[in-house]
Amino acid sequence: MEEAEREAEARRKVRRAAQMLLYQRHRLPGVRGWELRKALGKKYMEIIEILNRELDPLGMEVKVVYEQGQQPKEPKEEDLASARFFAVLRTPEVEAISGLRVDDVAALAAALAYLVSRQGKAPRREVEELLRAKFPKWKVELNIERFVKRGYLAQDEEMLYVGWRTRAEVDPKALLNLLLGEP
Amino acid sequence: MKAKVDPEELLRIIELCRAVERRGVDPFQVDVGRSIEKLRRYLPRWRLPEELLLDAEALNRIAAIVRLQGDWLKHRASSLYIDPILVELKIRMLEPERLASVFFRSWHPVVALEQLSEKRLEEGLDYWNSLLPLTERLREEAPSGGELGLLTREDLVNLRTFSEVEFKDLLKKVLGELRAMAKGGKVSYKEFIYRGTFAETVERAYLTSFLVTDGYVELDVKPLEEEIFLRPLERPIPMAERTKVYSVALALDNRGG
Repeated sequence: MEEAEREAEARRKVRRAAQMLLYQRHRLPGVRGWELRKALGKKYMEIIEILNRELDPLGMEVKVVYEQGQQPKEPKEEDLASARFFAVLRTPEVEAISGLRVDDVAALAAALAYLVSRQGKAPRREVEELLRAKFPKWKVELNIERFVKRGYLAQDEEMLYVGWRTRAEVDPKALLNLLLGEP
Repeated sequence: MKAKVDPEELLRIIELCRAVERRGVDPFQVDVGRSIEKLRRYLPRWRLPEELLLDAEALNRIAAIVRLQGDWLKHRASSLYIDPILVELKIRMLEPERLASVFFRSWHPVVALEQLSEKRLEEGLDYWNSLLPLTERLREEAPSGGELGLLTREDLVNLRTFSEVEFKDLLKKVLGELRAMAKGGKVSYKEFIYRGTFAETVERAYLTSFLVTDGYVELDVKPLEEEIFLRPLERPIPMAERTKVYSVALALDNRGG
């Protein structure tokens, strides 16, 4: 009986974790580790692991984005508490899921590859100059504003940085390798 | 005899470090060893607190550059490092469609859905029901109407917009008190400001701030001792003659005198 109760409780927590991660509760998607801990208890990472196994057949997984950018070798409790947890698609199976036109995605890919190769930041002027090789000025400005608004890029004075959404959604190593591997 | 050193030298070091930090360029462009050597050579010649502060700021900026150099080396040694020039060339060469395809293959979009729950909808309806119509809310918020007319000085005094006592007279009175307490020297800010009631304390702090701004009183802040002193001056120093102008925020607590 106790075993059955424990299992029911675990199932309830997995459902709760799924809803917290899949449904946007704040201005930005995802939840912080401390929110999950508060809702699921001290062993919340175990619940996240079970949820990950449930999401796997659907082509989704839970991604943890750490405050310091890169994943620590052995994440501590405080690293996890401040990290943001997202549900992401492992491999998108349908093409039109972003609402961005193909030329906008091209501009985004170029801007991100440029920033990633420069440790995640570069002057906005340089990124604009790069994009203007292939797109008109008005479109470049509009696109950069749009990418900043969506969280793919972040801006501070005259500098552009890799934004929170890029850290959650884009594999920087794969992006650069694929780019250089293109014939 | 030692040659005079201009603090401009420190400002130049600070500005160079800031520019490298801000623009994300190669941090090894800063010759850290030479800059540190300069700071070491100049340190004994600084006399003024402002010069020592600049020296500390320069050292802090150089430390930030050393950290950036460490990050730069780590990045170069990591598997993520690819020559930025090579990446830029490739971006310029590829067709937009190919670039988009590269992005899609390294992209794992966040799944974020939005849905209204029954409970939330109920809360919204409750809010709607409890909200007064806009016309009624505007009527409540609008000032009560009446005939237009002129206000006399007495009316303004009654409304507490004007004071019976001229502001300048109040300043003069506070300055007199301060001079009497300081006896040609300085007096603790707290000792001078705190009065019997909080209202009196706030009024005194407010008036004193004008005396400081107008140059009648000098504010002497000792950050290490966490003490502030007021020093009344013989003649006010005009703004143009002041070497350094800055603002200080001072908190008052609601205690008696």
